[in-house]
Amino acid sequence: MKVKVLSRNPDDYVRETKLDIQRVPRNYDPSLHPFEVPREYTRALNATKLERVFAKPFLASLDGHRDGVNCMAKHPKSLSTMLSGSCDGELKVWNLTKRECVRTLQAHEGFVRGMVVRFCGTSFFTVGDDKTIKQWKMETPGYGEEEEPLNTILGKSVFTSIDHHQKEGVFVTCGQQVDIWDEQRSSPIRSFSWGVDSFSCVRFNPVETELLASCASDRSIVLYDMREATPLKKVIMNMRSNTLCWNPMEAYNFTCSNEDYNLYTYDMRYLDKPFTVHMDHVSAVLDVDYSPTGKEFVSASFDKTIRIFPKDSGHSREVYHTKRMQHVISIKWSSDNKYILSASDEMNIRLWKANAAEKLGLVRQTVLFLSFTSSVRTSSNLQVPGIKSNVMKERWISEQCRMLTINR
Amino acid sequence: MPCAFIKFCCQLVCEKLNVCNDRIRKSKMCFDNKLSEGDKINLSDLIGTLDKTPSALIKTKKQLKNLQHNQSTLETPLTRKETERIQREVAFEKTSKEVSRWQSVVLQNQKAEQLVFPLNQEPSGPKRIEQVVAGWKAQTPLEQEIFSLLRMNKQPLHDPVLTPTEEASLRAMSLEEAKIRRAELQKARVLQSYYEAKAKRERKIKSKKYHRVQKKVMRKEYLKQFDEMVKTDPAAALEELKKMELSRMKERMSLKHQNSGKWAKSKAIMAKYDDGARKAMQKQLEVNKDLTLKLVIPADEDEEDEEESAETLPDFVNDAEHILDQVNPWMRGKLSTDPMVQEESNRLDPPVVRPRELGTPGEGRDDQEEDEEQMEETEEEALLRGFEERPDQPKAGPGVGQGESPALLEEGLVRVRTLEDVELLSQDVSASDPAPLTTTQTPGTEETDTQSATQQADKKRKRKKMIDPNEVLTKEAKVIKMPLAPTAVEDVEGKEEQRVIIKEAFAGDDVISDFLKDKRKQEEAGRPKVIDLTLPGWGEWGGLGLQPSRSKRKRFRVKVAPPPPRQDQKLPNIIISEKRDSSIAAHQVCQLPFPFENPTQFERTIRSPVGRTWNTQNTVQKITAPKVVTQLGAIIEPIAREYLIKDNRQAVTGPSINLESDQGPQKKRRSQQKKKHKRKKN
Repeated sequence: MKVKVLSRNPDDYVRETKLDIQRVPRNYDPSLHPFEVPREYTRALNATKLERVFAKPFLASLDGHRDGVNCMAKHPKSLSTMLSGSCDGELKVWNLTKRECVRTLQAHEGFVRGMVVRFCGTSFFTVGDDKTIKQWKMETPGYGEEEEPLNTILGKSVFTSIDHHQKEGVFVTCGQQVDIWDEQRSSPIRSFSWGVDSFSCVRFNPVETELLASCASDRSIVLYDMREATPLKKVIMNMRSNTLCWNPMEAYNFTCSNEDYNLYTYDMRYLDKPFTVHMDHVSAVLDVDYSPTGKEFVSASFDKTIRIFPKDSGHSREVYHTKRMQHVISIKWSSDNKYILSASDEMNIRLWKANAAEKLGLVRQTVLFLSFTSSVRTSSNLQVPGIKSNVMKERWISEQCRMLTINR
Repeated sequence: MPCAFIKFCCQLVCEKLNVCNDRIRKSKMCFDNKLSEGDKINLSDLIGTLDKTPSALIKTKKQLKNLQHNQSTLETPLTRKETERIQREVAFEKTSKEVSRWQSVVLQNQKAEQLVFPLNQEPSGPKRIEQVVAGWKAQTPLEQEIFSLLRMNKQPLHDPVLTPTEEASLRAMSLEEAKIRRAELQKARVLQSYYEAKAKRERKIKSKKYHRVQKKVMRKEYLKQFDEMVKTDPAAALEELKKMELSRMKERMSLKHQNSGKWAKSKAIMAKYDDGARKAMQKQLEVNKDLTLKLVIPADEDEEDEEESAETLPDFVNDAEHILDQVNPWMRGKLSTDPMVQEESNRLDPPVVRPRELGTPGEGRDDQEEDEEQMEETEEEALLRGFEERPDQPKAGPGVGQGESPALLEEGLVRVRTLEDVELLSQDVSASDPAPLTTTQTPGTEETDTQSATQQADKKRKRKKMIDPNEVLTKEAKVIKMPLAPTAVEDVEGKEEQRVIIKEAFAGDDVISDFLKDKRKQEEAGRPKVIDLTLPGWGEWGGLGLQPSRSKRKRFRVKVAPPPPRQDQKLPNIIISEKRDSSIAAHQVCQLPFPFENPTQFERTIRSPVGRTWNTQNTVQKITAPKVVTQLGAIIEPIAREYLIKDNRQAVTGPSINLESDQGPQKKRRSQQKKKHKRKKN
């Protein structure tokens, strides 16, 4: 007689050591786990709600300026260093990890209009209302030394903005015209002007480093190539653009912040129409900065809010505001993609998380329910301050009216 | 002016050099003289002096002369504004082209499942010792000896850990490419070995029957291919035909299938006793005859025929009988049917083309067979004759229709129908009401007689068909052109005709009942169904063969309340779909999101659950992996030009591999499709 005996391989269930985790066999048979769609929906809803619950983006406020902060600059080599210039000509260097000011200097008389750190991080340039360009050392002067600029260039008119080339000792300023300067010379090596207008912002393309774009007061955006003798192209919009920012990962895309409450993303090859219009702000947009990944950008507005937009979406995914924050003048996205810095009228610089619900520090892995998150209602229901929501309501109503009239 | 200037120059030269050469003085005098005469100095005067120095200055002379003749003015230069505009346009085009190089990189990043920033990260983990001690130098003699040995063998010393050959191979191919290539090679090798094994296996099969069948299959396939080729690529088919002919010739030349082989000899001995052997011998003989037969293509023209006969004379001597047999039935000594009758029958039924039988008339068979054969022969003959006659003389039946058609063509629309169709229609109409038959078939009054002729022909054909229904099947569909009723004629007759035509066109197409059926079906589908919510084993024993109790089944059978009345309830001729649900629509997607290509794909993805309960740990991690990964505290630089160069190199090497692995078009399609990822939000 043959006896059949149940036999199992102990390798399947015996732990090698006592410290190993017990193996828990699971049956994934779908018939054993019914109602998958409703259950997943609930989970997704909960996840989204929790994300909102945990959304605490505000990290710190850096105070110390005695006037509204007009401009900021990131350090290209050090994440913890940040510079800010205020309306009274004062410039402060901040240590972000310690959240304190490490250096203060009186850079200009009147506004500090623009600031940029040289690509190597050893010095920085400022322009101000006193028609000067000044170059400063990044190091704090030793005990007993005077705070003095390395270089001072006296221009003919007020400079409104400055930007530095990514790799060479060349920088660009704008005011009545766009000037390209060599660091070694005291006069511009090239000047671009196209009609009579004053420029508010000029930016180097971080990828194709010879390209430039500027916003002019005649509602236009002008593109330049440093190697060419003439500007490349001009696009005139309905209202004036305040600033623009190139996408650091896509060489031909840039976004400009406009006075008509919107932001426009352009492909520089096809300037006849923007390929995305980003709406949601309820007042003029003053500044814009791309995330270093090129997937999103952040905008600062006169409506006292900061909004984060995915680069190809028409509406913002996030809005940041506090009771005390006034008109936000300048905004920067930190170069490790984790923080946002905003400088506003009421003399403060604020540090925010780029991802509001993200836990910074030790993180346990969490599951995202991707398939539902966008259909869950809560995620798009961001809380906005009363005035703003009223404005938005009005806007919505007016839009509806417009649609009605069109339909008629 | 020029003279004054020259004079001035001369003076200057004189004064400056203070050398009063005779020559200068002379020339000055000369100029003075000329000037004193009050004439202008022409260019020709100066050239005249040049005439005396012929050799060297001819070129200059020519140029000067050209200058003298060329009187047209230059165009005015463009204004500054315009030139600037042109410059701008050119510069913009140039830069935009330059910037467009990034397109592929941008698209690639957009499609990437996951992007890890910073982009150019060094591989994490412990570094190799060789990299760490890059700055280290050999000091002791032993070390130096080792190093010299390494150097001699081209082994890496410091930083480059890989040998030059390894590095070269790395540079040539990235890891992914190498993987793809390896997979391809593997596949090819597997296929090759598979085919080899198959061939070997087949070669080992000894069964003759198998091989015979195999050969037959091959031949069939070949023929099929050939037929297709005839349709698609006649030129190639002709080429193939020639090749076949050539092989046949070769066969003829060789002694194959002659009764001289080893096998044939053995069979010859066996043939006395064995019936099968005899048959086999006969078969071989037949094959031999078939092969050695000289093909004669019947010529259309007499001259050609003559020429051919002249050419083929020597062959003709060899096997005269065959040729005569084929061409001329009289030579066989057997009488066929009366030629006139045959011709008529030919006209009436155009024969079916049987290309196989054209060249191979049966021979050396029994007498009984011969009669049938004769019939076939006559048919073939008729066919040949038919070929000859066709171009110059149309046949009686369809000929009338064809002859008439041009005149009718001018009137208006021409409708092409097959004869069978016409017959069918006429039958149909005659079955329903015999009266309008004439009206349907006679569109114009003038053509009645011709029409009747065609009818008669039709009737004739019909009669014939009744006699021999098999012929109908073998017959090819004859196309004749029938005039459509002229639409311009506005009489009752015409309208009626129109109606009849429409009726004919939509015969058996009951739209109304179809619609009603459809509507009923939809209503049926919308009706609520009884839902059975019984869970077996809940509160009682469950298992195989056990049914939940009746009371429970009754209790958990839910009758759903009837839905609100359908919108099209009182509209008999409308169906309004009730599928759309506004409450669900808020959660539905109005546009297909970016990476998906069709709705089913998207639906499948959406339907499959994401959570841990339904998936293994690995799958969950894979599904929910974040799109962008960044490192806290790592500075992300803007994308660098080197990245572009790297990508370009990949793009250059990429397509050749893609073509082989059939991934090319797919990839292309994916890249072309650029849709916005957008979901409807409420």
